[in-house]
Amino acid sequence: MNLKFHNKKITGILTVLPENEVNFDDEIDNYNFSKGQTMKLKLIMGYNKRRVIKKGTTVSDLCIFGMNYLFEKNLLKKDDIDALILVTTSPDHFMPPTSHIIQGKLDLKQDIVCMDINQGCSGYVIGLNQAFFLLEQDEINKVVLLNADIMSTKVSKNDRNNRPQIGDGAAITIIEKDSADNTIYGCVKTDGKGADVLIIPAGGFKLPSTPETAELKEDSAGNVRSLDHLIMKGDDVFNFVQREVPKMINDLLDKANCSKEEIDYFMFHQPNKFMLKKLADKIGVPYEKMPNNVVENFGNANSVTIPTVITYNLGKKLLKDSFLICMAGYGVGLSWASMLLSLEKLTFCEIINYK
Amino acid sequence: MKKKINAFLSEIRPELDFSESSNFIEEGMLDSFDIVQLVVSLDEEFGISIDGLDILPENFSSVESISQLLIKNGVLK
Repeated sequence: MNLKFHNKKITGILTVLPENEVNFDDEIDNYNFSKGQTMKLKLIMGYNKRRVIKKGTTVSDLCIFGMNYLFEKNLLKKDDIDALILVTTSPDHFMPPTSHIIQGKLDLKQDIVCMDINQGCSGYVIGLNQAFFLLEQDEINKVVLLNADIMSTKVSKNDRNNRPQIGDGAAITIIEKDSADNTIYGCVKTDGKGADVLIIPAGGFKLPSTPETAELKEDSAGNVRSLDHLIMKGDDVFNFVQREVPKMINDLLDKANCSKEEIDYFMFHQPNKFMLKKLADKIGVPYEKMPNNVVENFGNANSVTIPTVITYNLGKKLLKDSFLICMAGYGVGLSWASMLLSLEKLTFCEIINYK
Repeated sequence: MKKKINAFLSEIRPELDFSESSNFIEEGMLDSFDIVQLVVSLDEEFGISIDGLDILPENFSSVESISQLLIKNGVLK
């Protein structure tokens, strides 16, 4: 599905990261593999440090902390917020929506649209799309997009496939109407036939968590996990990404009549370095235009990685300069989405630590 | 080329004798992370980037299949 938007812009991006840092080297003994082999993977995949929450911290805690920071710094006014979107796969509860909990705790006005969206790695682009849809309304002038996940709590400590890459975090993005007519191009794709490729099998209504679902089992590759944990078929995910994402990017740029050389940065979802380098090779862009340093420094927090790759790599530069950015997210669903837009002189673009 | 492939295989899994195997994947000698390591070694050694779509278990089941993959990616015999 190709999408096109006019008169909209992003005006600020904030990443909120838990202070608690876990080192890959400290967890090697948890995995059922030789130390040498695991250390080689560290270099190739970019496994190093990741930020994870302390027990008890929730998605709403991370979001509220970030929102209060923006209020205190006068970077955002409560009454200006007309819509609040939360993209997460780890809500505080099944019900009510976590966006409503956040609205209540922040004491935001009642004349506001609040919604949760259950999306993972493509959730930043999908959330932006939703914000742009809402901004078509006369009475909606400012949308806050919250992306947050705490999936470290759902990964087995003996799962070398997933554990080393999964981090926690949140991002807050402000989207507003813009008098300048800069066209934003987007694309969203879905393939629910691949729903089991990335899944937490138990814990929902179909298969509630029980002592049986919590039973740890070893897979053929030596990873140990239960049905309550995140399960990823890594080979299938890798092949899906390599098959679909380059095609999507080429189509997006064709629609926008834009060459790869014109784009300043390809800010893509950050599962691991190897996958990103292969994507850069396949799409035909130099590695320096597609930063791949989020997973090694902070871990992969689903839809938080795209805003984080922007705040970490561009940061203050985005307060005074403008860059043409191509974004892409891909993962659970299966879902993949991309966007081409200009980021221009943001009001804020930074990373803070949750305390 | 085959000499290099054998050297990389021995480096990745020194405890195994690949010459005795008819299918590295079916016999559980290489897992997906071993394949990733092998791809990185081959890319660096031959100055190529093996297409992500070709990183499939069947292309790493024998020295012969790996050789064919390299030839497909422009490496001369």
